[in-house]
Amino acid sequence: MSRAKGAIVGIGELKPQRLTSGVTTLEMIAEVSRLAVFDAGLEPGAIDGLLVGPQVGETPQHVPATIAEYLGLAPTMANVVDLGGASGAGMVWRAAAAIEAGMCETVLCVLANNREEAAPRSPNRNPIREFDVPFGASGANISYALLMQAHMAEHGSTAKDFALIAAAARANGQLNPDAIFYGKPADVEAVLASPIIASPLHLYEIVMPVAGGEAVVVTSAERVRSLRKPTVHLLGAGEKVTHRAVSQAPSLTSGPLKSAMARALAQSGTRADEMDLLSLYDCYTIMVATTIEDAGLCAPGQFGAWLRDHDLTHNGDKPLNTHGGQLGFGQPDLAGGMTHVVEAVRQLRGEAGERQIGKAALALVTGNGATMSEATALVLGAA
Amino acid sequence: MSVDLNALKAPGPTITALTQPFWDAVAQGRLKIQHCEDCGTAVFYPRPICPHCWGKRLVWKEASGQGQLKSFSQIHKPGHPAWLPAAPYVVGLVELAEGPTMLSFILPGERPPRVGDALQLAPTAIGGRVLPAFKSVETATEETPT
Ligand SMILES: [Zn+2]
Repeated sequence: MSRAKGAIVGIGELKPQRLTSGVTTLEMIAEVSRLAVFDAGLEPGAIDGLLVGPQVGETPQHVPATIAEYLGLAPTMANVVDLGGASGAGMVWRAAAAIEAGMCETVLCVLANNREEAAPRSPNRNPIREFDVPFGASGANISYALLMQAHMAEHGSTAKDFALIAAAARANGQLNPDAIFYGKPADVEAVLASPIIASPLHLYEIVMPVAGGEAVVVTSAERVRSLRKPTVHLLGAGEKVTHRAVSQAPSLTSGPLKSAMARALAQSGTRADEMDLLSLYDCYTIMVATTIEDAGLCAPGQFGAWLRDHDLTHNGDKPLNTHGGQLGFGQPDLAGGMTHVVEAVRQLRGEAGERQIGKAALALVTGNGATMSEATALVLGAA
Repeated sequence: MSVDLNALKAPGPTITALTQPFWDAVAQGRLKIQHCEDCGTAVFYPRPICPHCWGKRLVWKEASGQGQLKSFSQIHKPGHPAWLPAAPYVVGLVELAEGPTMLSFILPGERPPRVGDALQLAPTAIGGRVLPAFKSVETATEETPT
């Protein structure tokens, strides 16, 4: 059995205090991270991996992205390690494993906590809560509306361009009896006729929240041989986390998936234009538009022309989200992103039934979190 | 939009000791942001270390209050119910002249907002407190075709 390799080169520690007063955990994470990175003689820019604890309360979700943004980091591997008192040690081998897997080179592992005498009125004290919510900007719809408006302003993309994505998702969903919009197609006109939620975003360009669940099992290349199902191999992976709040995004028209997809494609020795299936995360139409451009399938700003040039159905030249995507299938919260993995496996195994694509050797799967800020890409291949 | 913004029962900022100087200035209708004395970068939102170089020599400086609209959205269905009476209203991403971008409330102007609009700080009472809102700079020269 091989072992995880890796070396610890920097340490940081804050002097224990019985109580803190008016200090957030984020501030303490910044202080102790600085000590460890400078102890190692490194610059902050050298950190490309980030392992953090679950910050329930102060930052209940998107913890690595919140901390990365706060520290000005853009890691290519980021994760929460939630193993209680084993989290610190658990971070170390995970850091080494991520480095060995080629996902990053230098990982910051950090845990910190404040200890206030009285819990604050509002436990959620992250920067979005303090600097965005008071202006009436709560929720993801507004963030993606801002991204969409920026794309339109920079590239002249139109409402109709974006509506093509929603209509294609609904169309593909008509071949998936499990899809929430099965039996409910919506063409471009119907998408454009649906109400504006936050301009320029229409209701049908937003996923429908649903209950659901998704799971996959991953094993070693050795064990695969003894199992009965057709094998789907992980050929490459990439990840990048750049920010949490849309106001802090390095770009409004290109996201961290660009770098994540590039790494996944490079690891697998493939190109985006050779994929037999595009299984692209689609919380909003703008997400698919940006992903098509960031994948290099077309020039920046040209996703609308690309969509018109291709057939996105299972028997088309560029099958995209054959399960209907989340726009057609529904979004079972975090499991929604995993629908893109499950559908890719189904297609690569040749088990997609009525919606089976023809040649099914390679699939590009993307995942996206927060406001086009947390990105993971996978290249999957049939054996 | 004829609603009294100040009467909204909207959630206010969750101020901490570190961010207090920002909100103290805002309450006086001014905008103060941090500057890093080690790398010279302006920093928003406030932090204990510079997000660019992790230096700790951050000083508060008055910002010009000038900015540019990077993007905007007119909100018809607010994410927080307290904002329903104000809908539709506009929020935008404001790139401050000093460099950093902040999200803000964009006050109604003579015409709908456009990406690229020049903006000016317009402190506004919202939900029982003063917030650093922005408004479009509409000068006579801008209105006159040349
Ligand atoms: Zn600096």
